[in-house]
Amino acid sequence: MRNRIKAIPLSRRSFMITAGGFSAAVAFGGTASTALAQAAKPKPFSPSAWVTIGADNIVTIVSPASEMGQGVMTSMPAIVADDMDADWKNVRVVQAPSDAKSFGNRLFGGAMITGASRTTQGYYPVLRTVGTQVRQVLLAAAAEQWKVPVGELSTEPSMVVHAKTKRKISYGALAAKAKVPEKLPEVKPADWKPFDKCRYIGKDIPRVDVPGKTNGKAIFGIDVQPPGMLYGAILRAPVEGERPERVDDAAAKAVKGVIGVVWLTYGVGVIADTVEGVMKAKAALKVEWSTSAKARAYDSDKVGQEYLATARDLTKKGVDVEKHGDPDAAIAGAAKAITAEYLSEHVTHACMEPMNATAKVDGKKVEVWAPSQSPTLTQVFAARTAGTTPPNVTVHTTLLGGGFGRRADWDFTVDAVNLAKTVPGRPVKVIWSREDDIRYTKGRPLIGQQVAVGLDANNNIVGWRHRVVGCSIYARFSPAAYEAGKGKDPPVHEGVEFQYAFPAARSEFIRDDRGVSVHVWRSVGSGYTKFAQETLLDEVAKLRNQDPVAFRVSLLGKSPRAAAVIQEAAKMADWSKKREGRALGIAYSDTWNTHCAMVVEISLDRASGEIKVHKVWSAVDPGVAVQPANVAAQIESAVMYGISGCLTEQLSYKNGEPQQSNFHDYQVLRMQDAPEVQVKVMPTWKDAPGGIGEVGTPPVAPAIANAVFAMTGKSLRHLPMTPARVAAALKA
Amino acid sequence: MTAFTINGRRVDVKADGDTPLLWVIREHLKLTGTKFGCGIAQCGACTVHVNGEPTRSCSTPLKDVANKRVITIEGLSPKGDHPLQKAWIAEQVPQCGYCQSGQIMTAAALLAKNKKPSRDEIKAHMNGNICRCGTYNGIVRAIERAAKGA
Repeated sequence: MRNRIKAIPLSRRSFMITAGGFSAAVAFGGTASTALAQAAKPKPFSPSAWVTIGADNIVTIVSPASEMGQGVMTSMPAIVADDMDADWKNVRVVQAPSDAKSFGNRLFGGAMITGASRTTQGYYPVLRTVGTQVRQVLLAAAAEQWKVPVGELSTEPSMVVHAKTKRKISYGALAAKAKVPEKLPEVKPADWKPFDKCRYIGKDIPRVDVPGKTNGKAIFGIDVQPPGMLYGAILRAPVEGERPERVDDAAAKAVKGVIGVVWLTYGVGVIADTVEGVMKAKAALKVEWSTSAKARAYDSDKVGQEYLATARDLTKKGVDVEKHGDPDAAIAGAAKAITAEYLSEHVTHACMEPMNATAKVDGKKVEVWAPSQSPTLTQVFAARTAGTTPPNVTVHTTLLGGGFGRRADWDFTVDAVNLAKTVPGRPVKVIWSREDDIRYTKGRPLIGQQVAVGLDANNNIVGWRHRVVGCSIYARFSPAAYEAGKGKDPPVHEGVEFQYAFPAARSEFIRDDRGVSVHVWRSVGSGYTKFAQETLLDEVAKLRNQDPVAFRVSLLGKSPRAAAVIQEAAKMADWSKKREGRALGIAYSDTWNTHCAMVVEISLDRASGEIKVHKVWSAVDPGVAVQPANVAAQIESAVMYGISGCLTEQLSYKNGEPQQSNFHDYQVLRMQDAPEVQVKVMPTWKDAPGGIGEVGTPPVAPAIANAVFAMTGKSLRHLPMTPARVAAALKA
Repeated sequence: MTAFTINGRRVDVKADGDTPLLWVIREHLKLTGTKFGCGIAQCGACTVHVNGEPTRSCSTPLKDVANKRVITIEGLSPKGDHPLQKAWIAEQVPQCGYCQSGQIMTAAALLAKNKKPSRDEIKAHMNGNICRCGTYNGIVRAIERAAKGA
C-alpha cells in the first residue's frame, strides 16, 4: 500500500513549510519530566518538542488535542510512535501546553482547537512526518556512532539494528550520546512507513486514559485544586444580555467564608473559601436585572414558526452555500414538485462535567486550568478579561468530562478570570451548577428549513433547493471566519452540500439572529440538514416505487465509497427481511470527509407516539482508520448522542428564559433506551483520514424518521420527535 | 464536626452538617474521583457507598453519614483492581470517563447483592446513571464480564 495525502493536498513546498511550522524537535538525553518542563516553557526561536527520548529509553510524546472521550490522547501519539518505530510499552503521553506555534491544528488556522472532527484530519500528516523525521535522526546517529552507511540500518521497536554486524542499540542509549541536527531531515509522504509495516496505525491499542478513568485518578477541570485556591460562583442574568441594576448582597456577605462580591456586566459573582459557602452565598444574592435585552422577546415556539415562514418565502434571499445548474427554473418547470418544511429545536450539550475553570491572576501573568476544547481561544479571552496579552496566559488543559462543541467556548474561563483578578495571586475555581450549565448553554441553533424538489414525469429529480434559516454561529464565535465566509456560516448549514447527483441544486442560508447565543453541538448543521435531505429522499423513493437503498446507490454513481457503505449497512441489517411490529430506516452522511451509512430498527407505540430504537447497524469508511476499534466506539457514541438529541432533548425559551434546567426536564438517553449497535469500519487506506467524532450523529434522526415512514407512511419533520409530535403526525 | 470513615480511614470534618457529602468528599477530603453531575440525584455521577448502599452523595447531607462507612471509587479496591475495574479496562468502556466512577460504584453495589444479574437486571439497576458519551453497551458488557469472573 502506498501513502498518499488526498483531502489535504500539499505541494512538496507547502508541505515542507508546514512541517517546519509544526516542526519536530528531538530532545535527547532527557526524561519525561524534562519533556514536561520543556513543554511548560517553550523557548523563543526554538521549536518545542513533540518527542523526548530519555536515557531510560522512555519516549515521551506530546498529545496536541483536548481529550474529551474521542481517544485522541492515544491515537495522535500512536501515529508518531509508529513512524519513529517507538515501542509503545515505553511511550508516555503528555498533554500539550498552550503553545499554538508548536502544537496548533492547521485546519484551525494554526490554533489549538479541538472540534469539528478535525483532529485526525489536521494532525495526521504532521505527526506522520514528525515520527519519520525522528526515526531518520536516530538512524543517522547510529550510523555516525558505528561508522556504517545509514542505508544498512533498520529499526525494531525503540531499537536501531545493523543486520550485517548483528548490532543493536536502544533509542535510549543513542539518545544519551547523540546530537540533535541543526536541521531536521526533509520528509515526503512517500517516506512514511507503509501501512503493511505499521504496528499501531490501523491496529487497536488500549487507550492511555482509560485506567485513570476507572480508579478516580483522572484529573478533569473540576478536580483541579492548586494551593491557596478559593471558590467562585456567578449568578447570571436570567435572560441573555441583561445586566444587574441593583444588588442586595447583605445576606450573601453574611455567609461564612465569603470573601467578596463582584459586579459583572452579565451577572454577580461571589468568592468564598469553601465550595458550599460560595453556593450558599450565590443563592442568597438578591438582584434586580435590566429588562431591555433583545433576547427578552425570544420565544422559541414563535421564532421557529417565523423561521419557517422565512424559509417558505422565496422573496427572502440569503447566501448561496452551493449552487449548480438552475434549480429554481428546474423546479418551476418540473412535472411535479414536492415542498417540505423542517423544524429543529434547540438542544444543549449537557456535558457530564458541568462547565468550570480555575484561574489565577498575578500582575500581567494569568494561569488557567480548564477542561477546554480551545486552549488558544482560552488564552485570547483570558488575556482580554485580565487586561494582558495572550502570551502571558498559560493554559493547563485538563481532561474534559464531555465537550461536544460546548467547551470550544470560553465563557466559563472568563468567569474564573473575572473573579480571580479581584484576588491577585489566589487561584479561583468556578463551578457552574447543572442548572447554570443547561440554562446558560449556547445550544445548537433553532433552525427552520424548506426543501423543494422538482421531479420529471418519471419521478426523476431534476432540481433540488434547500433553504436553511436560523441564527449565525460564526458571527459570534469566530467573527473573522464569518467575515471570510462572506455570509456563509459553515457550522450552521454544514451538510447541505450535494453528495447526490442532482442535475440542478442550490442550498441557501438565511441568517436571522435574535439575541440568544448559539454554538456548535456535536454534528451541528448536519444534525438537521441531513434530517431534511435524507427523509425527503425516502419520500421521493416511495413515489418512484424504488427501494431507498437502491435509490441512494443510483444517485451516488460518482462515489463508490458512499455506495459501498450504504450497501454494507443494508447487508448488515438484512435490509429486505420483514420484521413483525418493527421497521427499518436508512440514512447516509458524507460530512467531515467520512462516509457513514446507518440502518435503524424501530418499533412504535401508535397510541402514545413513542418510538423505540432497538438496533442500529452502521458501516463507516473514514479513509485511513488510525484506530479502528476507536472509530467504531465513536460511531456508537454518536449514535447514542443522536438518538438522545432527536427523540427527547429540547431546550425551549419563553420571554428569553430557558425553560429546562436539569436532567429531570432535559431528558437524555439512559441505558434502558440504548439500542444494540453494530459498526463495521471499512477503511480506504489510499485516502486521507476523515473526521470521526461527529460522523455517527447525522444519519440517526433521518434513519429513525425513515423507519417510521416505512411503517406508517407518515413523515416526521420536527426535531425532537417527541411522542406528542409523533402521535400528532400519525393522526394528520 | 462530623465523624465518619471514608475508605477505611476515620475522619472528622468541620463543615456544616447540611453540606452535601459530595463536596465534603471532593473539596474537603480531596478525593476527586467522585463527580458532581447534577446536584439533584438525577445522573448518578456522585454515587458512593454508605454502609454498603449505593448513595447519591450530592443529595446526602454530611450529618447523615455521621459514624457511617463511606466508600468512594478510590477505596473500592486497594489497587484499582476490583473485578469491575479490570473489566472496565478490558472492555475499554470509558470515553470522556467523567461518569464512570459513579457507574462502577453503582455496578459494584449490584454485584455485591446479585452475583449473576441478568441483562435486564443490569439495565434496570444502572438506569439512573447517565453517560453522555453513550457507553451503555460497554458498561453492560463489562458488568457481565466481571460477573463471569473473566
